[in-house]
Amino acid sequence: MITLKVDNRTIEANEGETILSALNRHGIHVPTLCHMEELPPTGACRMCVVEQEDTARLITACSHPVADGMVLSTHSPKVLGARRMIVELLLSSHPDDCLYCSRSGKCDLQQLAEGLGVRRRAAGEPAPSTPMDVSGPSIIRDPSKCILCGKCVRTCEEIQGVSAIDFVGRGSKATVAPAFDEGLNVSSCINCGQCIIVCPTGALSEHSYLDEVAAALADPETFVVVQHAPAVSVTLAEEFGARTGKDVDGQMVAALRRLGFDRVFDTSFTADLTIMEEASELAHRVATGGRLPMLTSCSPGWIKFVEQFYPDFMENLSTCKSPQQMMGAIIKSFFAEREGIDKRKIVSVSIMPCTAKKFECQRPEMGREYIPDVDYVLTTRELGRLLRMYGVMLPSLEPEQADNPFGERSTAGKIFGASGGVMEAAVRTAHFLLTGKEMDEPQIRPLRGLKGVKSLKARIGDLEVGAAVVSGLGNARAILDEVRGGRDDLHFIEVMTCPGGCIAGGGQPLGADLSAIRARMKALYKIDRSEPIRTSHSNTSVKRLYEEFLGEPLGHKSHELLHTHYGKREVMT
Amino acid sequence: MPTEEVTNAEEIEQILADHAGRSRDDLIPILQEIQDTCGYLSREAVTSVGRYLNLPASKIYGVATFYNQFRFEPLGRYHIQVCRGTACHVKGSAGVMDMVINEIGVQPGQTSRDRLFSLEVVACMGACGLAPVICVNGEFHAKMTPRKLAQLVAEIRQKESSNAE
Ligand code: SF4
Ligand code: SF4
Ligand code: FES
Repeated sequence: MITLKVDNRTIEANEGETILSALNRHGIHVPTLCHMEELPPTGACRMCVVEQEDTARLITACSHPVADGMVLSTHSPKVLGARRMIVELLLSSHPDDCLYCSRSGKCDLQQLAEGLGVRRRAAGEPAPSTPMDVSGPSIIRDPSKCILCGKCVRTCEEIQGVSAIDFVGRGSKATVAPAFDEGLNVSSCINCGQCIIVCPTGALSEHSYLDEVAAALADPETFVVVQHAPAVSVTLAEEFGARTGKDVDGQMVAALRRLGFDRVFDTSFTADLTIMEEASELAHRVATGGRLPMLTSCSPGWIKFVEQFYPDFMENLSTCKSPQQMMGAIIKSFFAEREGIDKRKIVSVSIMPCTAKKFECQRPEMGREYIPDVDYVLTTRELGRLLRMYGVMLPSLEPEQADNPFGERSTAGKIFGASGGVMEAAVRTAHFLLTGKEMDEPQIRPLRGLKGVKSLKARIGDLEVGAAVVSGLGNARAILDEVRGGRDDLHFIEVMTCPGGCIAGGGQPLGADLSAIRARMKALYKIDRSEPIRTSHSNTSVKRLYEEFLGEPLGHKSHELLHTHYGKREVMT
Repeated sequence: MPTEEVTNAEEIEQILADHAGRSRDDLIPILQEIQDTCGYLSREAVTSVGRYLNLPASKIYGVATFYNQFRFEPLGRYHIQVCRGTACHVKGSAGVMDMVINEIGVQPGQTSRDRLFSLEVVACMGACGLAPVICVNGEFHAKMTPRKLAQLVAEIRQKESSNAE
């Protein structure tokens, strides 16, 4: 144990940790801009300076290790002056349009300026506006708002292993952009939105479809259907200032009805359906010597990643569509027929924790007769905005139930929202399909938690199954490279693009740290603990859908509606 | 046109093969050699270098744009270099730069759509006695003025259009 003297208080610190980590643990807040929780510090922004009293030097708290007997001040006049100057300099070329900015109220730069008492432009004038990149289906770039902190570049490279963007140019001309300054739509960007989450300003935001959805809701000629993903109900409350990890499933359903949606369906229903198809597909591959390990296919950023970086693994991808697209497909087929609604009149909206889903619903594979199965995807954040715009105050609503026939779900479908959840749900059902019995204990501990790589060896009937769960595509890269290199103990790999899974998706409420993400995850597992129907194959609505319409898993109708194929994709990588 | 690209691909292969160590430290020399041979760094070139050194295209583009010497568009038939060294600066090369941009309608590093002109800024051409100086396809033009420049460009345009007929 080491002791430091900070602002005339003595605090304890651990050998080798940074000043910032010691201060944070003791509730002393030091502002940061370039610091990233899980990655080594770069010391680029100097926002986190503290004064070392004996030398009167300013040092960066995020990158300096603690030393025994250090005497520090975190808010001396020198410190505050330096921080303020940094903010003033950053603002000197920044546009003055906070009022119109998508990040207003959630912007770190705005909050720092406010907190440090910056009340007027100290220097320079707003840089001439640069064109925004609105080419992508999911992500909008507004380079004029960029302060070059580098967090997006690091996330894209070090967490996601994609490197779609990097610093371009030098000095006052520097920007962050894809290779050759191209639009994101033709770059290797997989649309994950993790860069939006880490960006301190409005330089990155989601491509919003709020106007389109609002127009559909107002149009009496259309029948507007909405589905909501498993991970949304445990984060939406954050948009209304609630504590993290609060589940508002029923209130959200009520809120969606108030907005005017004609039907509210639960994507967890098609998560159960996915499990029926995917577990059957795995069993079929094992039985017929098909390509293994099978890779999950519900995360659209990951699909694009395979298409462009690992085309040799295309055959390994499960042919199952994602739950969003399965729901889209059965809404505009079975549901439309049953209700006697012309499918061209249906506007199918989905609420997702994800920005890549916006890309997914526009894929040409995801529709029939040039009619997309899902028309618009809104993120959790956009739903928050829509509710505020319509004056629907979520916290005051009485909970309601989602609609039949796609409103029922098991908790297995619900835990899809956390990394490891798909695998856990699949193992529960595979166990039943192969042995005819339910598992004694459905909870599978090794598959839970926020670790980027998890694995499981399990005996299901006569079969020794090797399973791995990875999230964050940097981790996926590592495991695919192992398989390429000859690793052969794996049958099934679950891959989620975002670290931790959909609860930490690129469309989720901003400002969540690791403990918030842990709370979101806990909320899902609490639901799993507290409800009786915990396996996808016991979802009675899923059973009925097979009886009335689909026939059987992997059957003819399933193939037509619920499965698809992907192809190699040429982009600059 | 296609033949030109095929040759380039082979030349790029050769350049890469000369750096058999595949060391990332070779990135800049490789890019320089490619530019010397092909006149610019094409998308294909950047992709091949990326595959070879196991570096993402965005990174290579980022590194290359850090330096002024690299261009990403093929040279025009008339490549104009404007000197921005100290002597030329004192003699008003910033104005010359603006004039050139105005006359040919492209920014430094770019090539006009008709592939007639391309523009490059250079630090010092070692011709300070001629300041402000520009260089067109290797030929120096001393003590540039708006009149001289307009004339020069007009001559080139005329020559090209009579050639075309
Ligand atoms: S969305 Fe994901 S892949 Fe695209 S630039 Fe951002 S971090 Fe990279
Ligand atoms: S886009 Fe955002 S995260 Fe990326 S460098 Fe600019 S300010 Fe930082
Ligand atoms: S947060 Fe410490 S230097 Fe940026």
